[in-house]
Amino acid sequence: MPSIRHLVLDVLKPHQPNTLEFALALARLDSGYRVQVEVSEVDEHTETLVVTLDGESLDFEQITAAIEKNGGSLHSIDEVVAHGE
Amino acid sequence: MALTSFRLLLQVSESGAIMRRYFVVNGFDGALTLLGLLMGFHISDAPDLQMVITSCLATTLALGVSGISSAYISEAAERRSSLAELERAMVSDLKESHHARAAFWIPWLVALTNGSAPFLIGMVIIIPLWLAHNGLSMPVDPLLAAMGTALVVIFSLGVFLGRIGGVFWLWSGLQALAIAMATLGLIHLLG
Repeated sequence: MPSIRHLVLDVLKPHQPNTLEFALALARLDSGYRVQVEVSEVDEHTETLVVTLDGESLDFEQITAAIEKNGGSLHSIDEVVAHGE
Repeated sequence: MALTSFRLLLQVSESGAIMRRYFVVNGFDGALTLLGLLMGFHISDAPDLQMVITSCLATTLALGVSGISSAYISEAAERRSSLAELERAMVSDLKESHHARAAFWIPWLVALTNGSAPFLIGMVIIIPLWLAHNGLSMPVDPLLAAMGTALVVIFSLGVFLGRIGGVFWLWSGLQALAIAMATLGLIHLLG
């Protein structure tokens, strides 16, 4: 079954939870996930993040649900690496 | 609600300090109100202990209910407004987020904190009256013992505030105590 191994997402989120908590919330989804978050812009109420996720099989639905639960909003999928069977 | 979830809601709503402030402010209100009431009874002619206890309980209960209702009304409005402002900034609906859960639960938590502070502190102050009413002999007048308890509570709240603000604990405790003593002096003048 093909799987997603690498994702780069453009995410807008409120200041709270902070970037550390936000990254940990995504990392908690699976012990095999590697999460890297870069803050690219900070506004009065929000901040824009470049979220890079790596793993053997990234669950996109679960990841977007976790982003929304933490108040974030997915703006674009900027990079994807998928592996075949 | 799990403890981690509670901590998360406090974090996203940034309301930990607000709850602490509400607890101290309304706790101080409760302690000072009861101290005033007890002083009023003390300068009256030999009041019945049961009547004193009932009056203090009723006052404590009223302060608790007032604390819960007033804090809930104001916090719920503030939280709704903050959530709407955040939704405008995010240009998205946050109803599935921790922020929406916080907007619902935090006003209740703040209200309970605000109401429980004078209620719990009031209960502590009334303890000497209850003990005396239930036959425990005391070396001092139960009214004076209750007033002493109130002064200790007020001093402790001052110490707590001093520790938060990084002020010398004894100084902030004595400041709170001075306010209580001034109140007692005013009531004594009235009597």
